[in-house]
Amino acid sequence: MISLPEVLILGTLLFCISVAGIFLNRKNIIILLMCIELMLLSVNINFIAFSYFLGDIHGQVFVFFILTVAAAESAIGLAILVVMFRNRDTINVAELDSMKG
Amino acid sequence: MTQIIFYIFGSILLLSATLVVVIKNPIHAALFLVLSFFSSAAIWLLLNAEFLAIALVLVYVGAVMVLFLFVVMMLDINISTLREGFARYFPLGIIIALFMMVAMSLVVGSDYFLSDIYTQANISSTQSNTKLLGLTIYQDYLYHFEIAGVILLVAIIAAISLSMNKTKITKSTHPDEQVLAKKNDRLRIVKMNSEEKES
Repeated sequence: MISLPEVLILGTLLFCISVAGIFLNRKNIIILLMCIELMLLSVNINFIAFSYFLGDIHGQVFVFFILTVAAAESAIGLAILVVMFRNRDTINVAELDSMKG
Repeated sequence: MTQIIFYIFGSILLLSATLVVVIKNPIHAALFLVLSFFSSAAIWLLLNAEFLAIALVLVYVGAVMVLFLFVVMMLDINISTLREGFARYFPLGIIIALFMMVAMSLVVGSDYFLSDIYTQANISSTQSNTKLLGLTIYQDYLYHFEIAGVILLVAIIAAISLSMNKTKITKSTHPDEQVLAKKNDRLRIVKMNSEEKES
C-alpha cells in the first residue's frame, strides 16, 4: 500500500524541480511555461493524494477546476508568446525591457 | 505491488521533469513533459482518480502539449542565446530548490500524515469514480462549473483575438457601411455630348 507521505514527498520533489527550472531557464519563456505546468501538476498530485487518503471526492473537484484554469492559462500564454515573437523576433526575457524606466 | 508501481512511475515522473528543466532543445523538453504527464496520470490511476487520469491524458497530452509543440516548432528560436546564464544560475537554483525541499519535507514527511485518519483508502466501493465526481460537480459545484466554462470562453476569445492577424486578407462585407451607403457615394452621373457619327 502507498502511504500519504510518499505521495506528498513526490509532489514536493516535483515542485522543487520546477522551481529550480524557473531559476535555470530564466531566458526562455517556453520552458518557463512548462515549469509552471509542472508546478500545477505537483499541486494536483497533492490534492488527489489527500482525496484518496481522506476518502473525500471534493479534492478531485478542485483538481478538475485547476486543470481547466491551467489549460486556459497555457493557451493565453502561448498566444501572447506568438504575438511577442511576431513583433520582436525574440522570446528572450532579458530583451523585454521596453517598459523599464 | 502497488507500491512498486508507484515507485516506478514516480521515478519516471521525477526523471522526466528533471530532463524538462535541464535539456537543451525545447522540442525534447515538450516531449519529456508529455512523458511526465503520462506517468503522473498512472499515479492518479493508482490513487483511484480514474476520470481525472484520463482527462489529464486527453486534455494535457492531447491538446495542451500539442499546442506547446506547435508553438515551439513554429517559432524560429535561437537556442544558444537563450541558454546563456544557465551555468551561472545553476548553483543558485539548486541551492533554492534544496532549501525548499528540506523545508517542505520537514512538514510533509512528519509522522502527522501517517496517523489513522489518513489511512482509509476507498472513497466509494459501490459507485464509480466518474459518477461520483459528476454528481458532486453538477450538484454541489454547479456555479463553479459554469464559471469554469466562462473562463474557458474568455481564454478562447483572448487567444483568438491576440493571435489574429490584423492585415486585411479576407473579403468580408461590412453590413453597416452597406446600409449607410447613399446613391451619391457609388453612382456618378456625367453629362457629355454624344459622339459624332463618322460618315
